[in-house]
Amino acid sequence: MGKTVLGLAGAAIALSTGMGSVLAQEKLKVGFVYVGPVSDHGYSYQHDQGRLAVEKALGDKVTTTFVENVPEGADAERVIEQLAASGHKLIFTTSFGFMNPTLKVAQRHPDVKFEHATGYKRAANVATYSGRFYEGRTVVGAIAGKMTKSNIIGYIGSYPIPEVVGGINAFTIALREQNPKAEVRVVWVNSWYDPGKEAEAAKALIDQGADIIVQHTDSPAPIQTAQERGLWSVGQSSDMTRFGPKSHLTAIVEDWNGYYVDRVKAVLDGSWKPIDTWGGIKTGMVELAPYNPAIPAEVVTLAEQIKADIVSGKRHSFQGPVKDQSGKIVIPEGKTATDEQILKMDWYVEGVQGKVPK
Amino acid sequence: MNDLALIGPILAAMFAAATPLLFAALGELVVEKSGVLNLGVEGMMLVGAVCGFAVTVRTGSPITGFVVAALAGAATASLFAVLTLFLLANQVATGLALTLFGVGLSALIGQGFVGIPLEGLPKLHIPGLTDLPVVGQALFGQDIMVYLAVAAVPLVHLFLYRTRAGLVLRAVGENHTAAHALGYKVLRIRFFAVLFGGAMAGLGGAFLSMDYTPMWAENMTSGRGWIALALVVFATWKPVRAMLGAWLFGGVTILQLHVQGLGIDVPSQLLSMLPYLATVLVLVLISRDVARIRLNAPACLGKLFHPDA
Repeated sequence: MGKTVLGLAGAAIALSTGMGSVLAQEKLKVGFVYVGPVSDHGYSYQHDQGRLAVEKALGDKVTTTFVENVPEGADAERVIEQLAASGHKLIFTTSFGFMNPTLKVAQRHPDVKFEHATGYKRAANVATYSGRFYEGRTVVGAIAGKMTKSNIIGYIGSYPIPEVVGGINAFTIALREQNPKAEVRVVWVNSWYDPGKEAEAAKALIDQGADIIVQHTDSPAPIQTAQERGLWSVGQSSDMTRFGPKSHLTAIVEDWNGYYVDRVKAVLDGSWKPIDTWGGIKTGMVELAPYNPAIPAEVVTLAEQIKADIVSGKRHSFQGPVKDQSGKIVIPEGKTATDEQILKMDWYVEGVQGKVPK
Repeated sequence: MNDLALIGPILAAMFAAATPLLFAALGELVVEKSGVLNLGVEGMMLVGAVCGFAVTVRTGSPITGFVVAALAGAATASLFAVLTLFLLANQVATGLALTLFGVGLSALIGQGFVGIPLEGLPKLHIPGLTDLPVVGQALFGQDIMVYLAVAAVPLVHLFLYRTRAGLVLRAVGENHTAAHALGYKVLRIRFFAVLFGGAMAGLGGAFLSMDYTPMWAENMTSGRGWIALALVVFATWKPVRAMLGAWLFGGVTILQLHVQGLGIDVPSQLLSMLPYLATVLVLVLISRDVARIRLNAPACLGKLFHPDA
């Protein structure tokens, strides 16, 4: 019974009439705010899987509420405020654009704890968390290096922000380690989720000779397009195998389950602190979807070895020497990129075509 | 792959990208020729997209899907028709409301259909023709809906300019009072024109969700309905020009992606804007020739008509 499923309008009515508070007097109420629909089978879907994991693990001690499709902006503040005002003591806001609204509401509700995904502003009652998705891209890059025949990889970017640019670089470094002749062509679609545009971008890249399509956008349209053309693809956010069983090499999966359960537990036992968490493959926050059975065994072994090396610390996605496009060494031999360098990455490594849009 | 070999694929992608625009623009063109301005194209496309997709998923028959999409588009349009033609609501406001309504309604209907994969329509393969270098795939290797959209162009043209019914429809758009005095049923003619526009918009939307990117996603037309509206003016209400406009828009859309992929150094945001920029630019250029617009724009466009007035 711990589940309250509400749409945006529904949430406004139900919460403002205090319906939610009747449901559970003693249980901890946990709220989740999603930017997309939970049915997107990508970003918001994965966060909701985390909510369900909390229900499963701690269902007798908590009730959870989620509000989906919340626009980034004034509406977000209203939704977060309503969750806080209606007795939710822990609220996860899961998109970058919710950062300022979250902090504003947090100021008004010092007794409520907030967790903001992918942001950088914290407060006494606001923690932040994100994933080192670039680690997954290192593994995928190595697989692509082994699987490409045309030596051209098509990469669909959403927005030229450090997270995405860093992902392209981590991918390209691992790609060229396996296959120095391979190059990456990037097309930016300036959207996180626009199936039409993503498919058009995939087609354009394939027409230019790419035989593997990698995406940093959320819809499965590129996977479908690759399947239609009989080529490889790599999914994003969640396992997208079913959209292209023959084309889907693997996907970089964001797994929030463990983190969400831990943080809710921390609130329950009083140990919660407004920390910043940036988890990767080691903490299980970044995972890889099941490998396509068509990938040769030695490539799977290689991918697993790279994963293991990242976990053991033997390998870093950005270990020197790393050259930028002009051939200048940015990360010298024996060094690895600092977190700050990764968080501010706005340049391409050698092997990526074109320039980063400014 | 050398860059010349890209011409064929770019052309092929251009025709496909133009198809939803062409369907919607042709429909709206007929609507406007009858003297009605329906700004709800985006909403009708979305309703068509979601209904066509849902029915195809359930029945496994794309033909049924497209038929239902056309009917759903027409049904949405009938709402507009009743409000503006019979209840004399303002056409601009009602059209805008129809778009908002369509966005919401399609999201609601589509809730259970997000993330379901669907196979697109099969592409034609005519031995010999489809294998022709450069143009083979673009001209002879598309799926049936692309050809239907193109075939609709001469049909709409012939209807408007070579049939009596088309003449009456244009007369109603030019001067509804005179047409009424001659005994023509102005409202009935406009009603059917609006339904036709809705059906065509529905087909355009369904092409997106069932064929172009075979999936349903909220708001997946992302502005194509508005482009279709602009294309009608761009075409100065001529079907053949609407087709050229749709191809131009599709071409620029596809070309900008290729420019990026080839690593040519132009800001991607500017490139994403380019198709819209091109549309605005052409509209501005055409608007300078006021005489031409006046000559072709239906004189009663957007004006309300009441038979008893």
